[in-house]
Amino acid sequence: MKQVVAPFFVAFGLFLLVICGAPRCGDSANVTPPESPVYEGIRTLAPPLSPDYFPCTTCHELGKTNNQRRQLKDEHTSIVFDHDEKNRWCLDCHAPLDRDKLHLASGELIGFDQSYRLCGQCHGPTYRDWKVGVHGKRTGMWNGRKNYFLCVHCHDPHSPSIKPINPFPAPAMPVGKPFLFGSKNK
Amino acid sequence: MKKNLPRRVLARRKFLKDSVVSAAGIAAGLSLPGVLAGCIGGDLDAFLQKHFLELTPAELEKVVRRIEKDNLKKFGKTTTVSAKPATPGVSFAYALDLSRCIGCRRCVHACVKENNQSRDPEIQWIRVLEFPKEKGIDFSEANPYYCAPSAGPLSDEQKEILANPESQYPLYKKSETEGGSACKVPRTDHFYVPIQCQQCEDPPCVKVCPVRATWKESDGIVVVDYNWCIGCRYCMAACPYGARHFNWAEPKVAPDDLNPDMHYLGNRPRYRGVVEKCTFCIQRTRNGRYPACVEICPVGARKFGNLLDPKSEIRSILEHKRVLILKNDLATHPKFFYFYGL
Repeated sequence: MKQVVAPFFVAFGLFLLVICGAPRCGDSANVTPPESPVYEGIRTLAPPLSPDYFPCTTCHELGKTNNQRRQLKDEHTSIVFDHDEKNRWCLDCHAPLDRDKLHLASGELIGFDQSYRLCGQCHGPTYRDWKVGVHGKRTGMWNGRKNYFLCVHCHDPHSPSIKPINPFPAPAMPVGKPFLFGSKNK
Repeated sequence: MKKNLPRRVLARRKFLKDSVVSAAGIAAGLSLPGVLAGCIGGDLDAFLQKHFLELTPAELEKVVRRIEKDNLKKFGKTTTVSAKPATPGVSFAYALDLSRCIGCRRCVHACVKENNQSRDPEIQWIRVLEFPKEKGIDFSEANPYYCAPSAGPLSDEQKEILANPESQYPLYKKSETEGGSACKVPRTDHFYVPIQCQQCEDPPCVKVCPVRATWKESDGIVVVDYNWCIGCRYCMAACPYGARHFNWAEPKVAPDDLNPDMHYLGNRPRYRGVVEKCTFCIQRTRNGRYPACVEICPVGARKFGNLLDPKSEIRSILEHKRVLILKNDLATHPKFFYFYGL
C-alpha cells in the first residue's frame, strides 16, 4: 500500500508547486516577498530581489552547475562585477547546486534574507557596527522593535561602492527678494 | 500715620479709590473684550492663555481641543494635537555620520513634510552644507545651494519617496543612478554637513528669551510655545547654529500636505511672527518612533536614541567612534554629535 501512496504524494506535491509557482512567472511585478524571519534577534527587511530573476531556480536547475570560471556572455550581462573581481567570482557567494541560496565559507547554505552573514565573513568591523545599529540603517522604534536594512539595500553586491543619486530640491536662494519695510512677503 | 489723618480726608480717599476701581471694572466689563478682540483677531481664549508650564491638566486639555478646532476651521481637516510629556529616564541624543552623508537633502524635505513648515515663504529646519574636501570644515567655504538646478517643487517620484521611504531601495537602481537630475550627489571631492538644532544641554537661545517662551524639556528637547512667543528674535541672534527660523509671513501649508499627527510643542501650525525650530520630531519620538529625518536617510547616516540607555546605538557611537561637536568652544554642549563611521 505504502509503495502506491508515496508516488501519489510526490505527484500531488509537484502539482501544487506548479499551481503555486505559476502566478510568479506570469505576473512577477506584483510579487511581494514575505517578511523575513528573525535570526539571532535581528529582524531584517525582505531582500531587494529582482522579480525578473528570482527565483533563480526557474532557470538554474537544482543540483546542476558549470564550475568553470568564465565571462558570462548570454545571461546576466548587465551585472558589472567590481568586488574583488580578480580573486572572486559568482560561485564564491552563490551556492552552486541551489541558486536560490548563498553559501558561507563553512559550506552552510543561507537564504538571501541572511546575506549579511555572508558579507560579514570579510567585512568584520562593519558587520559588528551594523549589528549594533551604527553602520547602515534601521527603522522602527528607538525604544523597541527595529527593522534592519540589509547590506544589499544600499550596496550593489556585485559593485558595492555607493553610487551617486539624485538630490532633492535645493533651498530657495535669497537673491532677487529685497526686504522692503511694510511690503507683503509673498 | 493713618490714625492721625482727619476723618474727612479718609472719606475722600475712600471715595476716590472706590470710583477708580469701579471705573476700571466698567471699562473691563464693557470695552476690553471688544478692544482685545479687535487686536488679536477675535480669539480671546488664545490671548488670555497661561504659560504652557503653568497650565493645569484640565486647562491644557481645553487648549489642545481649541487648537484642534482651529485646525479644522483653517484646514478643513481633522487633526490630533497631543501634549504628551517627557518620559522619565530618557535623554535624547542624535548622531550623524559625516563619512556616510551624501547630501541628498531627503532629510530636509521629510522634515518639512512631517513638521508642517511653511512652504511659502519657505522654512526648512535642516540645512545641508557642502564643503570642498581639500578645505576641510571651513564654514566660509560652505555652500547650501549645491545642485541649484534641482530647486523647485518636488517631483512625483520624490513625493513617493517621502510617503514611503522604503521605496528608495535598492539605492543603486537605474532610475536613481542614471535617470533624473544631471547633478548627482555626492559630487566628487565634496563632503556634506547637515545642520539643524543641536538641542544644547546649555542652550543660549533659552537664556535670552525675555518671556520664557522657550525652554528645555526634561528629555533634552528645546521647545517653543508659539502662543507665548512675542517674536523678538533674540533667540535667533543667540543661536550659534542658525537653527531657529522666524515666520515673517503667515505660514502656508496646503491642507493635503498637512500632517494631522501633531504635538503642542512641535509641529502644530505656527502663527505669523513666531519663532520655530527642530524638536527631534517630538510628536514621533515621545511615542517611541524615530524622527522623520532618521527614517528617510537613504544611507543610514542619521542615528537617534536614548543617551541613558547603555545599549543604544548612540552610546555605542560615543564609546567607539571619533565624535566631534560643532563650535565646541562655545560650551553649549550640544546633544547632536557628528562622527566618522569609517
